[in-house]
Amino acid sequence: MNSRTDTAEARGVSQPWPDAAGRFGEFGGRFVPETLMSPIEELQRAYLEAQADTAFQREFKRLLKDFAGRPTPLYHARRLSDRLGGAQIFLKREDLLHTGAHKINNCLGQGLLARRMGKTRLIAETGAGQHGVATATVAAMFGLECCVYMGEEDMARQAPNVFRMRLLGAQVVPVGSGSKTLKDAINEAMRDWVTNVSNTHYLMGSVLGPHPYPVMVREFQRVIGQEARRQIMDTVGRLPDVLLACVGGGSNSIGLFYDFIPDAEVQMVGIEAGGRSLQLGDHAARFAGGKPGVLHGTYTYVLQNEDGLIAPTHSISAGLDYPAIGPEHAALFRSGRVQYTQVGDEAALEAARELSRTEGIIPALESAHAVAEAMRRAPRMGRETILLVNLSGRGDKDLGIFQSAGIL
Amino acid sequence: MTVASSSRLSIRFGELTQRGEKGLVVYLTAGDPSLDATGEILQAIDQAGADVIELGIPFSDPLADGPVIQRASERALKAGTTLRNVLASLKDWRKAIQAPVVLFSYYNPILQYGLTAFARQAHAAGADGVLVVDLTPEEADPYLKAVRQEGLDTIFLASPTSSAERLQRAAATSSGFLYLVSRTGVTGEQKELAATLVPLIQRARAVTPLPIAVGFGISNPQQVRRVQQFAEAAVVGSAVVHAIEERFSTGGARAIGDFVRWLKHGTESEAA
Repeated sequence: MNSRTDTAEARGVSQPWPDAAGRFGEFGGRFVPETLMSPIEELQRAYLEAQADTAFQREFKRLLKDFAGRPTPLYHARRLSDRLGGAQIFLKREDLLHTGAHKINNCLGQGLLARRMGKTRLIAETGAGQHGVATATVAAMFGLECCVYMGEEDMARQAPNVFRMRLLGAQVVPVGSGSKTLKDAINEAMRDWVTNVSNTHYLMGSVLGPHPYPVMVREFQRVIGQEARRQIMDTVGRLPDVLLACVGGGSNSIGLFYDFIPDAEVQMVGIEAGGRSLQLGDHAARFAGGKPGVLHGTYTYVLQNEDGLIAPTHSISAGLDYPAIGPEHAALFRSGRVQYTQVGDEAALEAARELSRTEGIIPALESAHAVAEAMRRAPRMGRETILLVNLSGRGDKDLGIFQSAGIL
Repeated sequence: MTVASSSRLSIRFGELTQRGEKGLVVYLTAGDPSLDATGEILQAIDQAGADVIELGIPFSDPLADGPVIQRASERALKAGTTLRNVLASLKDWRKAIQAPVVLFSYYNPILQYGLTAFARQAHAAGADGVLVVDLTPEEADPYLKAVRQEGLDTIFLASPTSSAERLQRAAATSSGFLYLVSRTGVTGEQKELAATLVPLIQRARAVTPLPIAVGFGISNPQQVRRVQQFAEAAVVGSAVVHAIEERFSTGGARAIGDFVRWLKHGTESEAA
């Protein structure tokens, strides 16, 4: 495409990012206790070496294909599109991957890296449990010890995933501090890491945390957008008009968006959890109610009060229920290259029901937020318009929530 | 540096050296269980002989802290403690105590307060230094500029995992004293001191003339005395906070003073 512009320019910045300090414009960086600086520097070295190592890249690609099941299909949701009577909706089927979500992409990459660094133990945080399951899976496959931190509230609402992790041989540690959700699980994982730095790799599940995590996780998730770009060109012969993806920490969305950033005609929309309302404490919409601050090692948009204390959040979807957002998203928001909007609990549930009934696909509640936004936009658009939605995960883990919400 | 040498922290460490003594640094979380209580406890521990006081600013997500200080933060936050009202209270507390006071915080509350406003008001309130647990020298430039402008000492951490290069940088960016983390891990009481401690102190000694304080995991007079054989001061945090949790409601500030006296007693030489 001749409209494909210089990447840095399209982002609205003059430097390639992140820079050496891990900054995406003003966002990102490394804000961690001193003890973690040495493992982070070790990780940074190992990551850069692995990126340049063709054997590593070959092994990563092989595992993505043979173990995770890539490439995932790009599916034209014709019945849903017809029903809405407007734009054509295409679904990137990350829900079909082994373990049920895009999280496995990053876990395979970091698992390989951990092995390369000689680490014998993986730790992870998890919200919805999808990242925990993917980490436990990779740990089992590589023969590594695994410990997953999960908020007590999330353990209750995503019980099937707790059992899956345990079946895979992982230890699941309930976190009862703070809000008992993802943010507190990250605190606890960081405490573990700072204590067991020598043998442990912290397998962070999103584009969050101190540099190099945001860039490293993005690179391991980029395959989503690379495939989607090729697939839409093959099937339709042109780029999509709009990309849609839900944004918790932001790994599935950055994975889809990244390779389209230079394509100025492709609009991108990140969907945050609108929860019950847009009052602080009722949602996880960082760009609607947050401001820049430091949480979990990075400078980014954070939901907080005027004293700099981190605010409680709410979303029906555990994977989006987090007060901060990846620093690259903060930079993409600031530059205007990506638009961010909110979808609430009710609309997400309704979208999950609709997709199940019209396409025979039960989405994860996280991904249902993106589907809901597509459903909101499609009727107002022409039939030639293409919306490409990242269906980041499947809904098996959410059956209990669907049931208690009475969506039948 | 001339500025650093005239700071209350430098003077305090200078006095200790002159007397041939080693110091005791005492940590407590501000507002645990209330701001009024903190005012009373500060006086009690100052009179009990704390040489330096670290005043913790409670944070919602204290990821470098173990369970004892996490609970203290929760109690303090529940009681309505904020950086703003700690600084307001410190102005009064300061008048009644002799020991230098180091504010111990996570970065976000300071960042939201505004670096310049924070530095100005911390100085006006009588704070002597600042330690930010999740800020390393490479991210610290704007903070250093603001805090040094007000003549406050900046204390950074070095840990057993710090490379020679990092150790040097932590020392070069610190003033008042250098804080060594005795072991990997979060704050909390430990039965044994880590084997990595003495080599770490020796490595630090080789790169800095600053007084060295050692913290994390030090909870009784024996450990205090052991650390003081090698460093200028021992820092006791969780054990003091634990004592506040268990004894303040029944024994009041006097009980916490007694606890510090017990820690301090072990610091005196056997001939004394």
